[in-house]
Amino acid sequence: MSQAPTREVARRVFAREFNDASHTFKESDDERAPVYLLLPTGERANRVFLVGTLTEKEDVGEGDEYWRGRIVDPTGTFFVYAGQYQPEAASTLRDLEPPAYVAVVGKPRTYETDDGSVNVSVRPESITAVDSVTRDRWVVEAAQRTLERVEAFEDESNEYARMAREEYDLPVEEYRRTALAALEGLDESDELGSDDEDDAGGIDAPAEH
Amino acid sequence: MTDLHTHAEDIVAQFSDHLDLTVDEVEERLENLVNEYRVPVDEARRSVVNSYLDEAGLERDALGGGGNASVGLAEIDQDEQWLDVTAKVVELWEPRSDSVAQVGLLGDETGTTKFVAFETSDLPELEEGAVYRLENLVTDEYQGNFSVKLNRTTTITEVDEDIEVGDDAETVEGALVDIQSGSGLIKRCPEEDCTRVLQNGRCSEHGSVEGEFDLRIKGVLDDGEAVHEVIFDRESTESLTGTTLEEAKDMAMDALDTTVVADEMRTGTLGRYYRVSGPQFGRYVLVDEFERLDDPVDAEAALIEARSI
Repeated sequence: MSQAPTREVARRVFAREFNDASHTFKESDDERAPVYLLLPTGERANRVFLVGTLTEKEDVGEGDEYWRGRIVDPTGTFFVYAGQYQPEAASTLRDLEPPAYVAVVGKPRTYETDDGSVNVSVRPESITAVDSVTRDRWVVEAAQRTLERVEAFEDESNEYARMAREEYDLPVEEYRRTALAALEGLDESDELGSDDEDDAGGIDAPAEH
Repeated sequence: MTDLHTHAEDIVAQFSDHLDLTVDEVEERLENLVNEYRVPVDEARRSVVNSYLDEAGLERDALGGGGNASVGLAEIDQDEQWLDVTAKVVELWEPRSDSVAQVGLLGDETGTTKFVAFETSDLPELEEGAVYRLENLVTDEYQGNFSVKLNRTTTITEVDEDIEVGDDAETVEGALVDIQSGSGLIKRCPEEDCTRVLQNGRCSEHGSVEGEFDLRIKGVLDDGEAVHEVIFDRESTESLTGTTLEEAKDMAMDALDTTVVADEMRTGTLGRYYRVSGPQFGRYVLVDEFERLDDPVDAEAALIEARSI
């Protein structure tokens, strides 16, 4: 019996952490083996799911359409590129009027710039317009998953954390702070004017930039 | 560590005919492997069982008869576990491979699980709807789904009783990240009891046929940790998308293309969060009930929980 390949899970990661990633790897020599982006908090990502605000879109193609979208979350900006090989996503980007909440399922892509640094973007499998409820739910989910990864970062059996320590020199604690700040941002917009929570009392007090 | 305690009890029971073990000593060995040496529980159990097999001078297969675990069919959570069950043959399916003699669903009070009997095992045939005492089955795992295999050593005794098969609906939730091909407006084979989905107007069993239109969605729910494949039938697809079969046919007619239906469905559902429940068949959860998770999130509660991590 042939074993159907297992579908790769879509990781939840904020833009800040996603854009800090640069190392990609495969886990087998097979040509078609999945390529993973190593997340700085110690997880492999062959697919991501993100929800944010499409703030700008531009056809950057020469000849053929090639759409670039900027999608903003509470921590930074995802860059999404869709061309002729992603026809549905490209046509969605063409039709959408920013600003709009969008959900994106896609694959991480890296490319090296002329100055040798690595940029990360998303090659979308799908882009759909969604509502603010979906966006808020994603922020909560992405924060929880990020905090779980940070929590598991010191586990000895966590091979991707070990890989992240070898490949990156990034302060993992910072991703914990941005995740908490993202939740605080939601909480504040939730109940404007309410002062029953004293932010300065949180354990993440020094979150000033 | 009640989990290890349960494993220890199982192991003591497995070896009750051969070795005089206490639950405490077995649990201690498991604990040592799991807690000190960070061995996964399954592996720890295998290793402890192996060492006792050595001690007793037994082959793994000899642990049959008497020593098998009795686990509810819907509660199987280990690979290669030997079981005795009393179960009803809920359904028989068409074997897809010549090496398979019979394949279908067995059910007991806890729910159902898939079973497979191979030609080489040369077993008597099971009848749909009948209840049997089956001894010496072995569990199998594929992509997180468990099934049981009958084998040459399996004994089959028909039992004169009926079993109320349990409802083992799975509930899964996550973002809908994909609607797979074969979704939307489809055609099914009209032959009696067939209902296979046609590919380019052909049924894999009956060849070229005049198909009957139907709606379904083969979707993927993803919670960031695991993926769950789900199938919405016509009724649940209509209620998920707000598009009826008749409307879908009109859309396809207008566009002279059936794929517009699935495209429209993708636009309206992908990227949203859902919770669905229904029975699990193979890789798929068949959606009986679903809800869109569109209550506003409780950011304060999430923050309190997050700070505690």
